[in-house]
Amino acid sequence: MLSWLRGIGTVMGCGVSKSSQFHKNSRKAIKAAVLIQRWYRQYVARTEMRRRYTWHIFQSIEYSGEQAQIKLYNFLGYLMDNFTPASSERNLISHIFREHEVCLDAEWERYFCYKNIEVPEVYSGPHLTFPLTVEQAVGLLEAFRNKKQLHSRYALQLLLETWKLLRMLPNINRISTCQSKEITICGDLHGQLEDLLLIFYKNGVPSLEKPYVFNGDFVDRGKDSIEILLILFSFLLVYPCDVYLNRGNHEDHLINLRYGFTKEVLTKYKIHGKRILKLLQKIFSWLPLATVIDQKVLVLHGGISDTTDLGVLARLDRHNYVSAMRPPKKRNSSSSGVSIDADLEEDIWNTSKIFQRRASVSYPKPLGPRDCFQNRSLQDFSGRIKVKMEDELESSRRRESVYQLAINRSEKDVLGVSNDSVTSYDNPKEEWRQILDLLWSDPMSQDGCIPNEVRGGGCYWGPDITEDFLNKHNMQLIIRSHECKQEGYEFCHNRKVLTLFSASNYYDVGSNRGAYVKLGPDLVPYVIQYQASSLTRELTARQSVGRTERSALKVLREQLFAHKSDLICAFKKFDKEATGLVSLNDWASAVESVMHLDLPWRMLCSQLVSCKSSDGTIDYNDWFNELAFKGPNAADHIDQSLLETLYRHRSTLETIFRIIDTDNSGFITVEDFRQTWKLLSVYLKMEITDEDISHLAVTIDSNNDGSIDIDEFMEAFRLTDKKSRLERGRSMFMGTVTDLTKLEGDPSI
Amino acid sequence: MAENRQHTETVSDIHKKITTAFKLFDYDANNTVDAREISTIVFSLGCFPSQADLHQIIAEVEEGSSGYVHLDTFLPVMTKVLLEHRFPPIPVEHILRAFEVLDKENKGHLEEGELTKYMTEEGEPFTNKEMEEMLAVLLNNKRGLVYYRDAVGLLGFDGVMK
Repeated sequence: MLSWLRGIGTVMGCGVSKSSQFHKNSRKAIKAAVLIQRWYRQYVARTEMRRRYTWHIFQSIEYSGEQAQIKLYNFLGYLMDNFTPASSERNLISHIFREHEVCLDAEWERYFCYKNIEVPEVYSGPHLTFPLTVEQAVGLLEAFRNKKQLHSRYALQLLLETWKLLRMLPNINRISTCQSKEITICGDLHGQLEDLLLIFYKNGVPSLEKPYVFNGDFVDRGKDSIEILLILFSFLLVYPCDVYLNRGNHEDHLINLRYGFTKEVLTKYKIHGKRILKLLQKIFSWLPLATVIDQKVLVLHGGISDTTDLGVLARLDRHNYVSAMRPPKKRNSSSSGVSIDADLEEDIWNTSKIFQRRASVSYPKPLGPRDCFQNRSLQDFSGRIKVKMEDELESSRRRESVYQLAINRSEKDVLGVSNDSVTSYDNPKEEWRQILDLLWSDPMSQDGCIPNEVRGGGCYWGPDITEDFLNKHNMQLIIRSHECKQEGYEFCHNRKVLTLFSASNYYDVGSNRGAYVKLGPDLVPYVIQYQASSLTRELTARQSVGRTERSALKVLREQLFAHKSDLICAFKKFDKEATGLVSLNDWASAVESVMHLDLPWRMLCSQLVSCKSSDGTIDYNDWFNELAFKGPNAADHIDQSLLETLYRHRSTLETIFRIIDTDNSGFITVEDFRQTWKLLSVYLKMEITDEDISHLAVTIDSNNDGSIDIDEFMEAFRLTDKKSRLERGRSMFMGTVTDLTKLEGDPSI
Repeated sequence: MAENRQHTETVSDIHKKITTAFKLFDYDANNTVDAREISTIVFSLGCFPSQADLHQIIAEVEEGSSGYVHLDTFLPVMTKVLLEHRFPPIPVEHILRAFEVLDKENKGHLEEGELTKYMTEEGEPFTNKEMEEMLAVLLNNKRGLVYYRDAVGLLGFDGVMK
């Protein structure tokens, strides 16, 4: 009867008893308690485990996305190398490596002019007058809280004022906690307006008594990036000495193409979005790079490397680095003495080994031999673009002098400079690397400094590097952001580095908290955490893990399905007898060999595969049916594997589309679409026949007007269940409206 | 069924299972985890040790007093644990009956105070934090009652993680 109580383990004795029955009952109760405790603790551990691998899934996919972005740029550069100058493919993309704009500042101001934009009577959003007052800034906050949009006239005007202001700021802001002011520091916001509103609610809006530092990554991923920018800029204009903005790696128009900000602006500002984006490009390049508090605390977005030098960073012309992924622009004087923007085309770029990092303290040699492109993480290809004759002459003269300068300097440097001090030779290539490191690096726990291959840019730096850096600059703390942390913050390197992340629920509802820091004259960081969305407060820990987990698994299933052909290939290698079955172990190995996400596949198996047989083997064909893409009904004549490729590389595809869409209209021509496919087929080393592409183009250009709506195209490729596709009301493959109503009527769907 | 599967598991399978679970907490990719994560790892491998059992395991695998555990030390110890089925899972009915024992009047539920008393004073007592969390999870009504049948169903029972 009491057999179930046996084998539970040691139990604490109970107190004095009156009768043996009482004794027995107490013992029973205690044993019961022990059982319950053990059961509950196991539940907690399981939940923690699930939270851990869910996090891992999101992070792997996020970082592999960033890496894909950088690989894309490398690939495009490779194309520039290998396609003849006249080819149309090259023309399609050459503009991202070189801006065909030689513009005077005055011309820019005309281009960005807002004065002709009329604000209609029916507009119900805020009206701004300049100079901006704090009431207006707060009014803007309220308007956005109430889901209003700022009219493009005012947006442009605000951005212009911001641009003017930013141009006067130094590369490195220096502020102090004098008069016992506490400084508030915020990390990544990523377009999550709710978090910014929450911070202002808890901590108050910026003011003379309440200075703020915002540490980059204001945009991308979230849906209110432009609103966040407008709020931050308006407070910057009102309190220029009390609001400080640092640039993040997402304040970069090339990154924005992929991660949603470009799309957001074009959607919200259909007519003037293009100009707004152009102006933002300039604004981003003028954002300061770092902030130093009381000369002791360094606040910057990504991190440092073994060669980071604040002196170099303070002196360089930061606005030349429009994108951290492109070579620096060079400001030249024309004969009339007016400054012109143009790209630098120098052979010197080709020969740089600067991105060939070795571990720890190796010294960069700017004139090393040229490496094969696969070894480099970020490339500069501008040197290979053909130029006009006169420019050629001019630039070769310039090249000569810069080249000579660089040779002189580097020789001097190689000759006798100690490894731990980087000389500031104002070499644009070196400057570019300094900025890349600043914006993209992550800390690691091992000593040393190695390339950050997961993200594809910047490096991983160790506690010894932090120590050396802080000693060299006589500082005590580095506050950075760039990485999502479950608690919103995390200390490392012996509490000398603090990571701060202010976008709560970044991966999904309940995934993480956000945090901000208050720093008083004692320079001891005081962290405040929060989590936006009233929903999360009501969810129990288990429920929120469950939700986030389901989200992560959904994303993962999509990724797996998108790699169906490769996976089947991999499974077949393990299934030599063509039984259609693989063991759990083999399943896990095969999946990792294709996906390269370094995830605990064995553990995830039960969540991803339901058609397992009782002896633990998996029928992989059944499995793909389970994952099934609720296929495009009318697209049977399109090759399945083509569709799969399209689906798998949809992010890359979308990025290429947006690059090609030079006027940011949201449309590309059918012809450009074909060209894109040819590009992609080279990239993926696939055979795509012209016929295939024609079929695809015809299907997609449903109204036959020769142009393709990028958004509509991308919409078609989502692994959604039928119901939500119906709700969305359109899909490239659902044909006409009449077809839609037929579908609605069918009860079996 | 779970037992059957365990009998056909090879040592290599077990090694893979342990390594996978371990690596989830190996944040620096150097085959080391914080000793405080060991209990989570052991539980997630389908074991139901007592706190005392856990302390013993940790003592065995920790690198001195560094607070870290290396995979090379953990793997053989944990493999033995799994091969011996040293901490077998508790069947669901036993948990239910445990609750029934505490529910002396057979009300079908426990009062918050009752549960708290047992959990924090008897057996291997909960810390205040653990108790708070448990109540947050199990108390789903305003009357302060724990409907334990529902609770056991709700939290589910995942005896073995593959």
